Amino acid sequence: MSSTDPTSPPVLRVRQLGVTFDTYRGPVQVLSDVNFEIAAGEILGVVGESGAGKSMTGAAVIGLIDPPGRISSGTVELAGERIDQLQGEALRRIRGRRIGSIFQDPLTSLNPVYTVGRHLVETIRTHLPLTEAQAKARALELLEEVEIPEPRVRFGQYPHQFSGGMRQRVAIALALCAEPQLIIADEPTTALDVSVQAQIIALLRRVCRERGAAAMLITHDMGVIAETADRVMVMYQGRVLETGPVREVLDRPTEPYTRVLMAAIPSVHERLERLPVPEIGSSAPVEAAKVVPVARATRKTLVEVRDLGKEYDLSLGWLERVVSRQPRKLLQAVDGVGFKIRQGSTFGLVGESGSGKSTVARMVAGLTVPTRGQVLFDGEDRFQTQADLRRRIQMIFQDPYASLNPRWTVERLIAEPLEVLGLSQRPEETAERVAQALRRVRMKPDDARKYPHQFSGGQRQRIAIARALASQPEFIICDEPTSALDVSVQAQVLNLMRDLQQEFGLTYLLISHNLAVIRHMCDDIGVMQRGRLVEAGDAQEVLDAPQHEYTRVLMAAIPDIRHVH
Amino acid sequence: MLAYLLRRLGQSALVLLAVSLIAFMVFRHIGDPTISLLGEDATLEERAALNTELGFDKPVPLQYLNYVGKVVQGDLGISYRLKRPVSEVIAERLPATLELALMASLGALVIGVVLGVYTALRSEGWLSRAVMTGSLVGVSLPTFLIGIGLIYLFAVELRWLPSFGRGTTVKVGGWETGLLTASGWSAIILPAITLGFYNMTLIMRLVRAEMLEVLRSDYIRFGRARGLREKDLYFGHALRNTLIPVITIAGLQIGTLIAFSIVTETVFQWPGVGLLFISSIQGVDVPLIAAYLMFIALLYVVINLLVDFLYLAVDPRLRRR
Amino acid sequence: MSDVIPSPAPPRRGWRQSDSPVKRAFARSRTVQVASAVLLLIVLATLFAPLLAWQNPFDSGALELNDAFLPPWSEGINGAFYALGADDQGRDVASAILYGLRMSVLVGVSAVLLSLCIGIPLGLVAGYAGGWFDTLLMRVADVQLTFPVILVAMLILGIVRGVVPEGVREQVAVLVIILAIALSDWVQYARTVRGAVMVEKQKDYVLAAQLIGRSRTAILGRHILPNLLAPILVIAAISFAHAIVAESTLSYLGVGLPPTQPSLGTLIRIGQSFLFSGEWWILLFPSLVLLALALSVNLVGDWLRDALNPKLQ
Repeated sequence: MSSTDPTSPPVLRVRQLGVTFDTYRGPVQVLSDVNFEIAAGEILGVVGESGAGKSMTGAAVIGLIDPPGRISSGTVELAGERIDQLQGEALRRIRGRRIGSIFQDPLTSLNPVYTVGRHLVETIRTHLPLTEAQAKARALELLEEVEIPEPRVRFGQYPHQFSGGMRQRVAIALALCAEPQLIIADEPTTALDVSVQAQIIALLRRVCRERGAAAMLITHDMGVIAETADRVMVMYQGRVLETGPVREVLDRPTEPYTRVLMAAIPSVHERLERLPVPEIGSSAPVEAAKVVPVARATRKTLVEVRDLGKEYDLSLGWLERVVSRQPRKLLQAVDGVGFKIRQGSTFGLVGESGSGKSTVARMVAGLTVPTRGQVLFDGEDRFQTQADLRRRIQMIFQDPYASLNPRWTVERLIAEPLEVLGLSQRPEETAERVAQALRRVRMKPDDARKYPHQFSGGQRQRIAIARALASQPEFIICDEPTSALDVSVQAQVLNLMRDLQQEFGLTYLLISHNLAVIRHMCDDIGVMQRGRLVEAGDAQEVLDAPQHEYTRVLMAAIPDIRHVH
Repeated sequence: MLAYLLRRLGQSALVLLAVSLIAFMVFRHIGDPTISLLGEDATLEERAALNTELGFDKPVPLQYLNYVGKVVQGDLGISYRLKRPVSEVIAERLPATLELALMASLGALVIGVVLGVYTALRSEGWLSRAVMTGSLVGVSLPTFLIGIGLIYLFAVELRWLPSFGRGTTVKVGGWETGLLTASGWSAIILPAITLGFYNMTLIMRLVRAEMLEVLRSDYIRFGRARGLREKDLYFGHALRNTLIPVITIAGLQIGTLIAFSIVTETVFQWPGVGLLFISSIQGVDVPLIAAYLMFIALLYVVINLLVDFLYLAVDPRLRRR
Repeated sequence: MSDVIPSPAPPRRGWRQSDSPVKRAFARSRTVQVASAVLLLIVLATLFAPLLAWQNPFDSGALELNDAFLPPWSEGINGAFYALGADDQGRDVASAILYGLRMSVLVGVSAVLLSLCIGIPLGLVAGYAGGWFDTLLMRVADVQLTFPVILVAMLILGIVRGVVPEGVREQVAVLVIILAIALSDWVQYARTVRGAVMVEKQKDYVLAAQLIGRSRTAILGRHILPNLLAPILVIAAISFAHAIVAESTLSYLGVGLPPTQPSLGTLIRIGQSFLFSGEWWILLFPSLVLLALALSVNLVGDWLRDALNPKLQ
């Protein structure tokens, strides 16, 4: 744990920090009264949803708040010295030398035209009086320490030649160049695949411990905090709500918001009837969760996928192939996938990026034509049938900001399927059905006159659900419906989807990379890896006792809140 | 890489071919060459004889091939107005235009990049604002107005510089240059400024916009978080990334200059290829028009290719492993 | 709980606090306000030219040759007032400018509209359908971009000159110039629209429309096009400025509008011949008006581009 010497000041001490933004509407308070400390060798997790101010706090510590923002009150002390008032050269000397930073997206945080080696040597020589050769030697040591294989070769390569996880390792090496006392990591694993996330988290923890550096780990993912941090600070709308040892805050949260936050997180180990968060639009007290009984789905197969395949031709142009004497390169994005979805149930398709799950979803939806195999809906091949399936099958997409046309009103968006499919005869009928659809997703009929940008992400997703329901479909394909939403909003949307399924007897195909969401929502699942279905079956059985190696790796990689470290 | 080169060469050849086709259509079908060459009162026999001599009685595809064959050998036909081989006429006037374009593009590039970087780094200062306003005026002013204004100021009022012509020229090998005499230099200043001004403002605004964009990027922010010095950030990271797209545009601008010399040469009566083209449009001198087309196309294609290869050398993302 | 709780309607604010970034930018920039005012003036002058100009300078019957070369602010033989002076034929410079301005603006607007009508549909189809049409269009655009605008325009003019007999040339000059400029400018519309369509095509709202089976025309026209209005507007403004400059350059070079139907460029060409002999007003005033027109259009176009740039908000 942390090595605290009671007489030395903490590495970082922040008192009553306030940050204000001067906008065209007047000053907006973005952070208020933020207080915390981090001792040497300790990892503080800063957790909160979007708009909580956690990244802003990290930026304030290193003085990287861009105008029109400014620190309006409070102090920041590094090992006893005030640093919030520093400007210019004095501030520059602290950054990188005494405080190391790691940002979220390693692809954009590295300069694409500098080699990795040049990044490292430049940073090292800026802070330490070493020659070029000495700096290079140190750079190679750092690359080894962050577990990059073949450091000598990698030294001369460019960022685009590395994978996402490797790039983040390089970013960590850059943060460590001058042996800083404090490391600030802002969402370091959010842009990475689940299996890589676990490795990076472990690496971060190791390097901090070995150096006895203080660390500030900013993230929205509670599981990452649970695995890595010693203490945690929960933030909400620019304020700190509670701080304490990780185990205490997670198991016995004192603030209502924290309790809701914890309750909203689905678990990958057990399935609940509903996530115990307040209903949309109310702040009613939370009810205890219940473990769900056996599935209510019928035996009838509504959707069947047989030996589905999709091939993409990635070969270089014919000229390039002739000159470099290379054969055609075909990518099997989907390779022989088959499963059945029972009417009234939820089937989950889980996998990491590049697994092909979205492509399968598109083919089932009819948006992409398979290169082989069949998709059967209610017994008929959907690509051969004459029947009009557009009314019976609908889809919800991942990005709530891109799935609604920003130039159309909500009314027009929801009415479109009704009009195009000829389901409504008169304008009054259309208006009534739109109002009905909005009420079903717990929104007001008045909202129909507004535009999408006037709503939050969660509300937009609910509008998308209303649009999908307008034609009263039987089957809805949900492609990562909650991945872009905050945890608490996600919980509300998932509950809503459950309620709608029970009310209307809907069948869902749920695509997600998040195993906990899959566990919570699905009756049956399929696990995809690189285009192939490696394991399938009843959700409880597969997740409790995975048979395939890859499924086991996925389960193990998920940072778990219950994990005691 | 080799494949990319071949592909680009192939595309260039296609463009040249397309242009040669257009040039040929213009050449063959606009106006009647026999009348233009022989005069209005030539007899029918004389015209028929000329027709056969020029090969106009053969089938069209064959004529096209002939035309292309001749072009490749440097025979671009006979000018209707001047009654001399087009290739000779063009070769005579080319050095004037090339020198002018060279001076103009060098000036535009150097001043444009320097001003662009300055106004990006010191964007709030009064000098930057003044330069930016000036650049807007520069973009709005038609080239000929700039020329006329300069003539009025420096030639009519101040009488410092000449208002037309090249000054005294010296023949070096086959190249008639004005850069070796004092009067040549004083004659080239005003036209060069006129020609290059628009390009300079363009490059300046481009460099400024690119640099501002780059300065907002994540890797600059990350560099700041690592404590890198401002000069390393600006002139190492930022400048390198800024100049890469600027190279392409600047390179293409050189070709525009040569084409735009038409206007400048008219204003200053500069004896170059542009002035030649104007008179050929007015006089419907078809072979010259066609030849100028081919010339411009060739120039552009060559410059485009060079710029593409330069880009390859400079941006590591484009090189395949 | 994290969803937005609707707040009461905000009190009425001026443009400076408007939620629309365009209105905010307008309120903040004095230069743009002035430029827009100048543009408005010009538009009005264009529309009411015959009423404002006391003389139609291109009706040779109305000219008084004895008034030739009168300096600005002088009275003519019959009491006519020459506010900006008279040229070598006794034409009132002020009236000539009004009529010339009219021609310049007419050509500019028509050329832009024509370019839009050619470029936008081509760009839409190329961007959405891709395939051979896209490749073909891009190759054609490449070939055409090889030549600068002035050159293409001149080429077309030259061809027309060679094809159309002497007498008819002047009458169709206006049409030909509009056509020439439009045909040389359509490429940038096509390219921009194509690029924007390719971006929008990837967005989920297009997929949602495809899912319910909307036709490609409906998706392009009703869903995608409304989202392209901002970039199209910016290009239109900037290309209008280019068209003005292109037309005046062509007229100056003598291959544009003839002296019987002059634009500002033609007037400047006429005026240049009197520069050395001292009748400066014949050159100066048309030049100033041309400058004012080009400058204000560029200012507004530039400002519009920054105001509508999503990255700067």
